[in-house]
Amino acid sequence: MILSIQYLYWLAGAILAITALMTFTDKNHPKRWTTGLFWALFSLVFLIADLLPPVWVGIGVLLMALIAGTGGVGLGRHGELPPKKRQASAQRLRNKLFIPALAIPLVTVIGSVIVKDAHIGGVPLLDPKNVTFVSLGVGCLVALALACWLTRDTPMQSMRESRRLTEALGWALVLPQMLAMLGLLFNDAGVGKAVAHLTTAYINMDYRLVAVTVYVVGMALFTVVMGNGFAAFPVMTGGVGVPILVGVYDANPAVMAAIGMFSGYCGTLMTPMAANFNIVPAALLNLPDKNSVIKAQIPTALALLLVNIVLLYVLM
Amino acid sequence: MQTTVNLWPLIGVLVIVIGFVLRFNPMLVVALTALATGFAAAMPLETILATIGTGFIKTRALPLIILLPLAIIGLLERHGLREHAQHFIGRIRSATVGRLLIAYLFVRETTAALGLTSLGGHPQMVRPLLAPMAEGAAENRYGKLPEAVRYRLLALCAATDNIGLFFGEDIFVAFGAIALMHTFLLGSGIDVEPLHIAFWGIPTAICAFIIHAVRLKRFDSRLERELGGQQAAPTLPAAVSQE
Repeated sequence: MILSIQYLYWLAGAILAITALMTFTDKNHPKRWTTGLFWALFSLVFLIADLLPPVWVGIGVLLMALIAGTGGVGLGRHGELPPKKRQASAQRLRNKLFIPALAIPLVTVIGSVIVKDAHIGGVPLLDPKNVTFVSLGVGCLVALALACWLTRDTPMQSMRESRRLTEALGWALVLPQMLAMLGLLFNDAGVGKAVAHLTTAYINMDYRLVAVTVYVVGMALFTVVMGNGFAAFPVMTGGVGVPILVGVYDANPAVMAAIGMFSGYCGTLMTPMAANFNIVPAALLNLPDKNSVIKAQIPTALALLLVNIVLLYVLM
Repeated sequence: MQTTVNLWPLIGVLVIVIGFVLRFNPMLVVALTALATGFAAAMPLETILATIGTGFIKTRALPLIILLPLAIIGLLERHGLREHAQHFIGRIRSATVGRLLIAYLFVRETTAALGLTSLGGHPQMVRPLLAPMAEGAAENRYGKLPEAVRYRLLALCAATDNIGLFFGEDIFVAFGAIALMHTFLLGSGIDVEPLHIAFWGIPTAICAFIIHAVRLKRFDSRLERELGGQQAAPTLPAAVSQE
């Protein structure tokens, strides 16, 4: 392939290294050294981690967690344009300001839907396994060029802005990856098997409605713990769905699978473990309560879970 | 069912639940959970560290989605993107928070159902565009919002993006989740057309839209009830005067 995801890792690593460097040289930063070290370690994950022994990477990850856990990741002071200037700039550029912002999703979609199978000289243009990520990377570069051109600002300024937002997000930027790592470790340690064993061994599923409820609620609960419906699906469907719903009650497997997975998604809406969807946005929107997005989602998720029990009971 | 299943790894679940409930730093909670689960499963320390390391490298693609757009969004914000987004919605007189978010929910869910899942997202759509527009729509009607209301409104913007994405993407046949379900069922000796799995997701997807849209509508009436009275002060600032 011509555009491999490896380039994006290097790009991300470079951006984070610049962020770390700016923090290290920022004399007014209240937590200059620990914050810089945190982002420097994270940049190494992208730049060279695949060349290091995994044990070292593991130690690095624990070190990052320790820095974050002891409050070592802090915010620097960042010079914003005065409001007057910003208003003036907004008025000058008007709707043109939307163009680079909308270019990111637009290029990503064009890349992942239209250009996805393009070949040049028999070599695929985009990394076939990571089409969406690579398209997003290209989209960001296009948008960055557009943004610099429209605002007459420099790429260096965009790095300062990137640092401002990265520091504002703080460790929340790293949490999704930590949780995904934990999901893999849970799998290796057999957590899924243990949960499935508990649910199937101690609940009497002689009634159709009980079996349906166990499957739907089990999918949601298991997803709340694992943070991911994909991890819950094999466990609950292997433990309850296939042997009991299909085996005993003769359910339509397509209906069971579809509604089962959506029940898992209801769980995703209610758990801090799905940090990418629930914790990161709270950080991005500067909400003081990191759980406020989850709180906004719980009523929809619970109502939908109830609907799923009824739908599965009726349709299967 | 009397096979020997090792229940000790469940300690990990316990650690993470307690950690989150007691509101320790999540990064620290996850790291401790990883260590505890590994020890409970009788892994040697070196294996645990290596598993953590490999897992962290394998999942490196995740933060890209958040990290890469930051430079662009930051630069545009410096030049007034949020101010302009608020101003833009201010010119649409009929816009309310509920109507705006219902329209967004509809577009987000249907495009995701067509496989266009990247037409949204928190760093590139919600923070720079959707949130300021929703805020602008509310401020146009009720003036400056009390902090608590403003936080609820912003959280609702993020929630709407999530719900539209989740319940749309899963009825797109070529989506990874469908492939996962298909493969798993095949492994259990059940052969189902992926198209059928996608099709039977539609009832839930429609209910998700209805339930959330009703909640958004009710948020509108709640705003009207709580803040409608103080509307008296003419709070259509620069938005109108410069037309």
